[in-house]
Amino acid sequence: MTGELPGPAPEERPHPTARRNEQGIRIDPDAASELETRREVISALVDHEPGVLAEVSGLFARRQFNIESLTVGPTATGGLARMTIVVEETDPGVEQVKRQLRKLVPVHAVRELTAATERELALIKVDDDDPAGVAAVAEMYGGEAVEAGAEVVTVELTGTESEIDAAIDAFERFGVREIARTGTAALAGGTDFTAAESTTTDD
Amino acid sequence: MSETERTNREESKRLPTGAASVIAALENAGVEAAFGVQGGAIMPVYDALYASDIHHVTMAHEQGAAHAADAYGAVTGDPGVCLATSGPGATNLVTGIADADMDSEPLLALTGQVATDMVGNDAFQEADTTGITRPVTKASYFASDPDTVGDTVGEAFELARQGRQGPTLVDLPKDVSNAEDVAEPGPATGPETQVVPDEADPEAVSEAAHALANAEKPVILAGGGVIKGEATAELRRFAIEHEIPVVTTMPGVGAFDETHDLAMEMAGMHGTGYANMAITHCDVMLAVGTRFDDRLTGGVDTFAPEAEIIHVDIDPSEISKNIHADYPLVGDASRVLRQLEDAVPRTPDADGWRDQCLHWKEEYPMDYDAPEDEPLKPQFVVEAFDEATPEDTIVTTGVGQHQMWAVQYWTFTQPRTWISSHGLGTMGYGLPAAIGAKVAAPDQEVVCFDGDGSFLMTMQGLAVAVRENLDITVCVLNNEAVGMVRQWQDAFFEGRRMASEYPWAPDFATLAEAFGAQGLTLSEYDDVADTVAAARDYDGPSVIDCQIDPREDVYPMVASGGANGLFALQEDHL
Repeated sequence: MTGELPGPAPEERPHPTARRNEQGIRIDPDAASELETRREVISALVDHEPGVLAEVSGLFARRQFNIESLTVGPTATGGLARMTIVVEETDPGVEQVKRQLRKLVPVHAVRELTAATERELALIKVDDDDPAGVAAVAEMYGGEAVEAGAEVVTVELTGTESEIDAAIDAFERFGVREIARTGTAALAGGTDFTAAESTTTDD
Repeated sequence: MSETERTNREESKRLPTGAASVIAALENAGVEAAFGVQGGAIMPVYDALYASDIHHVTMAHEQGAAHAADAYGAVTGDPGVCLATSGPGATNLVTGIADADMDSEPLLALTGQVATDMVGNDAFQEADTTGITRPVTKASYFASDPDTVGDTVGEAFELARQGRQGPTLVDLPKDVSNAEDVAEPGPATGPETQVVPDEADPEAVSEAAHALANAEKPVILAGGGVIKGEATAELRRFAIEHEIPVVTTMPGVGAFDETHDLAMEMAGMHGTGYANMAITHCDVMLAVGTRFDDRLTGGVDTFAPEAEIIHVDIDPSEISKNIHADYPLVGDASRVLRQLEDAVPRTPDADGWRDQCLHWKEEYPMDYDAPEDEPLKPQFVVEAFDEATPEDTIVTTGVGQHQMWAVQYWTFTQPRTWISSHGLGTMGYGLPAAIGAKVAAPDQEVVCFDGDGSFLMTMQGLAVAVRENLDITVCVLNNEAVGMVRQWQDAFFEGRRMASEYPWAPDFATLAEAFGAQGLTLSEYDDVADTVAAARDYDGPSVIDCQIDPREDVYPMVASGGANGLFALQEDHL
């Protein structure tokens, strides 16, 4: 086909040897560079109205943000809800999550929660062949049996995500039938105000 | 709004219907024109438009209404308004809304919806319009309260205009539009949750200014945000004062005067060789109002690999999204450029670099052969139009090879004269965009370069151009193919031209005459000047079926994901 233009061919041109990584950060081309992901708890104060959850979850889906859990519930302020979102992202990824969230019209404030109080609720339904054993494990993890039926007992547990993980592991030996987990809810530590706007690391 | 405020307002002034409140909000916002198509659920709104001075342009298809409004917004800087009914009317708008979203064009879409008590019942012409459009708008509102519907429209208009511009939508259920005796809208404001940055952090500006002053190989990359942020004058002054070469993105075309020595023109996939050399070898890049799209960057690993990046953007989420910003400056482009001007301690010492850039302009010229005994070259036609028309002529395009020839061979000197579908790449954008541009700027000439494939997609708009007697010219660079696909098939699919050749397309000149437009055919070099003149002289829309060399390809070309510095000048470089 025609349309060729004059000028030196690609191999006749000077070429820089420097490189960027996938995040567009300049790197030493000889050193391998993989950005590690981290678990981050993000709290967003949002309008408590229909469609907001769809808007937020749609944003996460279409931008391929890795989301571990998302909880939502009313706050002490009427008309506003708090979303607690646990993400697994690289540093630039966490920044993107916060900035993209902040652009949504129903979102009032977004911040990362470090040194936060985190809790999750789990309901675990196990076989009731060994009631004493189940009770002992429940007690060990600060849980209690909330329903006991003909063959099964349902235990309620509250704790951090890793405590719940450990408890479920411990219940495995009785035969776990079903689990329901709420995902993490979190508040900033001390007098630090969860709804305060966070500053991002590089603006 | 508080209860007292609401009560006060309700007492102050009432309007006959919710629809009247919608139109009042548009009038309060200064809207002069709107583009749309009638239909069941939007009829009450159109009925309220009957008594308004807003000029309504009835379009032949809703997609065209959205593109026309998008181009109107691109030319004026204020949101273009489009209207459609519920269901298919709204879904037909979606392509145009998504196009505006990708290009940050201010646009307000108003859609009819079934009555609120029918929503969710799969009623006739019901579609989840807010759900469908949420991912491609700044915000998509469902107006459920007749007393605030006008306020919602006002807020959506302001949101489309403020900060990083973009499309918004208000879905108007029929019962809300029909509701009687409603409060009139108050003064329009953007949403309270949105923060619009203005000045950048002075300390960050100072650091960036010093990096720039110390540069040995500085480049300015001007994006569409320079034009939308009305920062063209500041950018030109800064570049010329400090003698820094200027590269633009495709939406940034017009931000800098392409006749200036420092103009390196467009970079990226089909950018000039010299622009791509400049961004590949620079050591400091001042990037203003760009989102580092992949058609600009090519492979991220090889994009300006030696450069420290100063990134000026009004949208903080663009900072380090695709390319890491060493010096992020979040703010309004014109404000931040003035801050930089004040903070920069000296002009960078870069005489050798400038000479190198000028040398690249000579080494990789945008030259093409146009042998008289071969079919017409599209580049020649673009240049002929450019020479014949005034400086402020607006160029619109579809998407494909013709679009690239238009941007490469037209010499742009002014902002808001290059109106195209950049990010979404919507074939069919050109003609409806020309309609929107002409309505926005009736005193400027408007030329649409289209391809035969693109023109086929939205050519029903000709009926609108004829009815409105819009003096526009559509120059169809006809190579009987969707040429960019054909070019890729030849380069990357061993020449298997599956579904890309269009010898079956109609005779566009005869078709134009059938619509009531002037139809012209062009195939000889000797006829180019006369045909251009005939199109310009005609009072009304003209279509030129311009039969170009079907073998012509677009170069330079950077392979998708490749290094900009490896741009191909011919097929065997790929």
